[in-house]
Amino acid sequence: MMTLPMGVAQREVFGRVVAALADDDPRIVVVDGDVASSTKADIVEKAHPDRFLEMGIAEQNMLGVAAGLATTGLIPFVSTFVAFAVVRPLDQVRVLIAQTGANVKITPSYAGLFTGSTGMSHIIVDDLAIMRDMPGMVVIAPADDVEAEGALRWAAQYEGPVYVRLVRDATPRVFEPGRPFEIGTVAVLREGSDVSLLSTGTQTPRVLQAADLLAEQGVDARVVHVPTLKPLDVDGIVDAASTGRVITIEEHSVLGGLGGAVAEVLSEHRPTRLDRLGFQDVYPESGTNDDLLDLYGLTPAKVAAQVAERLRR
Amino acid sequence: MAPRLPASFDDAEIAALEETARQVRISVIEAINVAKAGHLGGPLSAADILTALYFKVLRIRPDEPTWPDRDRFVLSKGHSAIGLYATMAHRGYLPVDELLTFDAVHSRLQGHPEMTRLPGIDMSTGSLGMGISAAMGMALGARLQRKDFLAFAMLGDGECQEGEVWEAAMAAARHRLDNLVVIVDENHLQQFGWLVDRDGPTRLVKPPHTPGQLADKWRAFGWRVLDMDGHDMRDILATLRQAIEQTDSRPTAIIAQTVKGKGVSYMEDDYTWHSKPLSPEDYATALADLGAGTEAVRQ
Repeated sequence: MMTLPMGVAQREVFGRVVAALADDDPRIVVVDGDVASSTKADIVEKAHPDRFLEMGIAEQNMLGVAAGLATTGLIPFVSTFVAFAVVRPLDQVRVLIAQTGANVKITPSYAGLFTGSTGMSHIIVDDLAIMRDMPGMVVIAPADDVEAEGALRWAAQYEGPVYVRLVRDATPRVFEPGRPFEIGTVAVLREGSDVSLLSTGTQTPRVLQAADLLAEQGVDARVVHVPTLKPLDVDGIVDAASTGRVITIEEHSVLGGLGGAVAEVLSEHRPTRLDRLGFQDVYPESGTNDDLLDLYGLTPAKVAAQVAERLRR
Repeated sequence: MAPRLPASFDDAEIAALEETARQVRISVIEAINVAKAGHLGGPLSAADILTALYFKVLRIRPDEPTWPDRDRFVLSKGHSAIGLYATMAHRGYLPVDELLTFDAVHSRLQGHPEMTRLPGIDMSTGSLGMGISAAMGMALGARLQRKDFLAFAMLGDGECQEGEVWEAAMAAARHRLDNLVVIVDENHLQQFGWLVDRDGPTRLVKPPHTPGQLADKWRAFGWRVLDMDGHDMRDILATLRQAIEQTDSRPTAIIAQTVKGKGVSYMEDDYTWHSKPLSPEDYATALADLGAGTEAVRQ
């Protein structure tokens, strides 16, 4: 199995990149929900204390404040966990940010399973589905630290609401440092003709490694990374179906996220046999990162085994 | 910088504002009559305050509604939208006739305020409790950019049951936002309320605040609290003047005592007129109560 270099944790990228953006642009501000030491927004507080706005443990208000700040010409980045940026203040995101097209960057970390053994109240596996369903919202799940930096820099210069799903702990690096981020396009990371494996977020490096394991079994898998759930690269997904078999793998529910989006595209544009791996309509539990990835079938070995098994069906 | 408001107003100015508020109320009734839907009690309780704000207090340019240095106003009690639209129309933001498109498809005048459709609406609202947070963000934005515009939010007393209101109250006081003014339209009624007397003649639909309790709550959160009679134009102006001219590093909450349905005899203090279509007889009586001349009547 190929070894990928470890990247910097995406939350660390968040703190550094937003602080750097704030160096150059006085419109950049951060609103924090009392978790800056976790999300690394404390880097911004240190560099620009006047543009770090502590909102306390009150996320509904925080998202509303972000919308108000944006109307005065500022560019707020939201610092909290995915659970408390998407689900807790969902109606504020809907009414004040998505429906108004507010220039707010919803950039929480603690996405997916890596939440420091917190359990199902903190592990959100339907955020992509929820955010993708909001008209006007851009939804990005970066594969690694390089793409996270690109996505955050892209979000800062884009006028409108953006959701960037960031991960707490260091994950393997897929892209060459400095690679520019391109919104709304898939990235083919490995060519293959037997099956196309589509993934998003930091599941992508694990799928790349799974493809290596599959190659050892004689399965030639194409790996296609889908960083942008909205806008969706319809052509890229249709092209991926040219192998005749598509499997989506995501650290997220199979309902409404990547698997859901790919099902919609293929059934409309190119009906293709599709399998969706990920959370099968269940709530997660607490545990170490490795144990949880294994439990929900998201390690390279588990992905490879499930793909091989699905291809035999 | 010169004060926004003079220390006093002469009788003619007060009378002119009262007349404008009467026209705003007539416009509300006309629009609701055409729409056959929409909220009545709340817009009527808020009409005098909205008139004072838009005609005397807010630093605004109706012909340049998105002027960056304008004062901001957020109608957090978004269900009183027609009251805001009517006030803005009489102030020159939109043609008064356009009020008759209220709630219709393709109208800029949606059932709840929608900023992407009507320039001059500073924030879309309707889901209660949110407008105060947005106004707080505007006040923070002003401070960060060293601008002197003010942010106002109007809330309902029923709306103060939303938890987000108190999140904002906590955070705004912590940030010492003395450029934020909240006006609570305390009309003492809400849509359904609590049944407190099973054998009583009507439901008691008062919000769960005893007199003065709402003020105590804002004060406990670190706000300066001012009381005013929300139907006394002179008191409204004096209180708003105090709120914006004498700041003390605290945000200000003005608790306005109002009457739901104010100006229409049969609606006043009757919770069933929170939202209800008008019959032809209701419509005629409402216009007569408001002293509308026949020239104002539109069917």
